[in-house]
Amino acid sequence: MKNTGNFFLIFSKKGETMLLSLFLTFLKIGLFTFGGGYAMIAQIKETVVQNKKWMTDQELLEVIAIAESTPGPIAINLATYVGYKKRGILGSALATIGVVIPSLIIIFIISLFLDEFMTNKYVAYAFTGIKCAVAFLILKAGAEMFKQMKKNAVSILIFSAVFIAMILFDVFSVSFSSVIFILIGGVIGIILCGISKTESKNNKEDKN
Amino acid sequence: MIYLILFLEFFKIGLFCFGGAFGMIPLIEETVLKYDWLTESEFYDFIGVCESTPGPIAVNMATYVGSLQGGILGSIVATLGVVLPSFIIILLIASLFKNLTENRIFKGFMTGVQPVIIGLILSTGIILLAKTLGYSETFKFNIDYSVLIILTLLVGIYFFSKKIIRKKISAVCLILISAGLGIAVCSFEEFAIM
Repeated sequence: MKNTGNFFLIFSKKGETMLLSLFLTFLKIGLFTFGGGYAMIAQIKETVVQNKKWMTDQELLEVIAIAESTPGPIAINLATYVGYKKRGILGSALATIGVVIPSLIIIFIISLFLDEFMTNKYVAYAFTGIKCAVAFLILKAGAEMFKQMKKNAVSILIFSAVFIAMILFDVFSVSFSSVIFILIGGVIGIILCGISKTESKNNKEDKN
Repeated sequence: MIYLILFLEFFKIGLFCFGGAFGMIPLIEETVLKYDWLTESEFYDFIGVCESTPGPIAVNMATYVGSLQGGILGSIVATLGVVLPSFIIILLIASLFKNLTENRIFKGFMTGVQPVIIGLILSTGIILLAKTLGYSETFKFNIDYSVLIILTLLVGIYFFSKKIIRKKISAVCLILISAGLGIAVCSFEEFAIM
């Protein structure tokens, strides 16, 4: 009995946010977010904050902060978070599936034809150009992040070490997993955070 | 068991890809090259496709590689693998750790990870740029002039639009412009050689 009750909640017009509405909203977001990342935040803001009123601007900023500091694409993080806040685990699963399905279908279809498509001379020419744009976009994103990075001796040192090591590894064809860099960086960050805490404690005691 | 490998490798990518769309490119590249799922050239061609189709790059890449290696089931398994870590982590944060972003250890971890990610992104960009321009293997450089011309035009168009017309060109537009430039310049080069 209880299960059928839950089932009808999907279509209930009263009550909380409808599961179907969560699914369809994130399906639409997944379908129309090109380029990912920040381009998508504007659209999520319009749909989730302004139209659906599922969260306030302040809440959205908080979720973006969480999404940025946790692994995974921001679109997925946002869908999971909003879905959970509105309708629990089922809601988060439906919102996440909704945001993923459009790319899953589109890319699956592309994967069936891309190889044949690439043998065309003009398509190959187009991709020579596209590769330049991809390199440019990657460098632009990196440069923008570098500008925003809090710069101190440690962060500059970590950045330079990783940057130089990666280029040297490539020049001398050494294979190395970047996961190790990420973990080392994280551990250095935690240790320094601990040191600065004890230092500030010591300073306080000195003053006393 | 290709499905299990696809799932585990993309789970790892999902777990360690910090830093948005471009932060995950180095890690995905490493993985697909390690298993010979794609060549380096195919990989960056597909990044170009990702930039002009909807959805996060990591999800698109998982679906694409999964489909090539294991058909429709492969694409679903790989996509599930790449999505699951963020799904689980966000659920934990939303339900258990409400003030994670205030946590000192977590903050410390992130301050250390951030410069690593930026270093990874910029080095990946520089290496790709050098290879596109004609760098092939250690200390060999045969400059590809048509690429140089395309790149100069592209950067010129971008900054002209940004500074003079005061309009930023979106990533999708930039990809379309670059495809046009590629066809024009390479066709002209072929014509000139003949």
